Amino acid sequence: MHIDAYLYRKRRIKNGLALIFGSAAAVLGLGFLAWILGTTLIKGVSALSPALFVEMTPPPGAADGGLANALFGSVLITLLATAIGAPIGILAGLWLAEYARHSKLGLVVRFVNDILLSAPSIVIGLFIYTAVVVTLNQYSGGSLGFSGFAGSLALAMLVVPVVTRTTDEMMQLQPPAMREAALALGIPQWKVTLQILLRAARAGVVTGVLLSIARITGETAPLLFTAFGNQYWNADVLKPMATVPVTIFQFAMSPFENWQHLAWAGALLLTLFVLLLNLSSRFFFRNRDSK
Amino acid sequence: MTDQTLPLSAVQEQRIRRDTRADVWFRRLLFSAALLVLLVLVGAAASTLWGGRHAFMTFGLDFITSAEWDVGAEKFGALVPIYGTLMTSFIALLLAVPTAFGIALFLSEIAPPWLRGPVATAVELLAGIPSIIYGMWGLFVFGPFMAAYISPFINDYLGAIPVIGVLFQGPPLGIGMLTAGIVLAIMILPFITSVMYEVFRSVPAQLKESAYALGSTTWEVCWDIVLPYTRSAVVGGAFLGLGRALGETMAVTFVLGNAHQFSLSLMMPSSSIASVIANEFNEAYTDLHRSSLIALGFLLFVVTFFVLLAARLMLSQLSRKAGN
Repeated sequence: MHIDAYLYRKRRIKNGLALIFGSAAAVLGLGFLAWILGTTLIKGVSALSPALFVEMTPPPGAADGGLANALFGSVLITLLATAIGAPIGILAGLWLAEYARHSKLGLVVRFVNDILLSAPSIVIGLFIYTAVVVTLNQYSGGSLGFSGFAGSLALAMLVVPVVTRTTDEMMQLQPPAMREAALALGIPQWKVTLQILLRAARAGVVTGVLLSIARITGETAPLLFTAFGNQYWNADVLKPMATVPVTIFQFAMSPFENWQHLAWAGALLLTLFVLLLNLSSRFFFRNRDSK
Repeated sequence: MTDQTLPLSAVQEQRIRRDTRADVWFRRLLFSAALLVLLVLVGAAASTLWGGRHAFMTFGLDFITSAEWDVGAEKFGALVPIYGTLMTSFIALLLAVPTAFGIALFLSEIAPPWLRGPVATAVELLAGIPSIIYGMWGLFVFGPFMAAYISPFINDYLGAIPVIGVLFQGPPLGIGMLTAGIVLAIMILPFITSVMYEVFRSVPAQLKESAYALGSTTWEVCWDIVLPYTRSAVVGGAFLGLGRALGETMAVTFVLGNAHQFSLSLMMPSSSIASVIANEFNEAYTDLHRSSLIALGFLLFVVTFFVLLAARLMLSQLSRKAGN
């Protein structure tokens, strides 16, 4: 009896310690989240001003300034990247789910796609630099090179795996009976896929696209040597273009106080946008799902 | 049966032919999109290898084993960034894996049901924050915090230990491999946590309930039932985090200090592969310098590829067990 009581107490203490450890880990994790978000919020809000959306990024030493050109560049490049990447991702996802669900090549593509999902984005930047920026530069005799378009291509490479994955998953969730019923009516397969199955899965597919936008909004590394950066307003996608993340990167490391303020303001805008997108895609999907 | 079918009218036949042709083209279109996915992987590897050929051919193996990175003398050896990348990722894993395990334990076994949803959502939101925010926070908030409170403490106590003390000696700069490792740990924590939580939930309830019915404590169920059942996926999740950590640029670049001197100490500034590329690429004016940076990218890509490959293989083992 004596030994039993001892063992029992030992097990209980061990369990208690484990529970404390688990709870402490959760508190720690959430604490860091609160710390990071809190810092961004406080420093960002104090740097917010209408000038942010109107004025251009300031040159070194100049007072004030805004992020207008960077915001515009970010929106344009993100939209372009989504326009390029999302259709490719959807098509690839459709192929995986409808034509290659169990084939060997399908497994390989799915596997490679999963790896690309977390591949280092800076290498994607280098890829586009060597494949697009350098090539364009050579063939145009030096007049073209870094460009907003190259930046969009780099980001599109990050959109593709996210959209492919979600499309594949969502299409696989569609009931086989629906597919079979449609085919039995003699509808050609492309129509079945696009107009019946994809339509049924569209909430999930849209969620995937929204998540991919959230993913690329804050990406900095692939833009450094593709879109490069630009101090001025530029709407020509074949020229270097400023973006918010790259501007943050340059400004945060600088010794100028107003640059650092702008960096925090940009950080706040990015964070809010990404959080909003993540939350709304979650709600969007849940509402569609429950119907 | 076939001889009983009515002959098709010309219009119908034309329609069938058109549908078939459309189907073939549709299939080709989808297939080429899927091939593009493969092409991205091959293209990234091939283009960085091609771009880095100059450096590989000039330095050979020295590129990996030499610690001399001298832009002026056109000498490029990548030992310091390689060491920095591995060390910061190692620190990050060391800190993040147990914490992620704790949070997953909390979410799946400890927390009351009403708390699970919000906490799990918060963890996923943390995963969505752009890495550059982590970097800025590290530079402006966490770095100074380390310099003021943590570094002197570590220096005094851990630095005094023989042998491993070398790792912890250095001026309280606030930036360096330890700080970068901690920031990375915070960044990969949500990824690992959500994988672990997900696989913990996949454990059949009967298994856990049987153990509880035999009188097991929560900890025993977790350690002896849940963990062995999910082992390969848990390791896979950790590897997934490692893959992220190795290739992460922004969270690290801000707090690493971009130094090319080799030092064992974790308190000293260093550099990682990604941070060197991010810092120097646009200021690299010689072909060899640029080529060396692209070659670094190639090394990074190859290493992360194998880490992620291992991660995916281990993760797929669990789903095979579950019968999917």
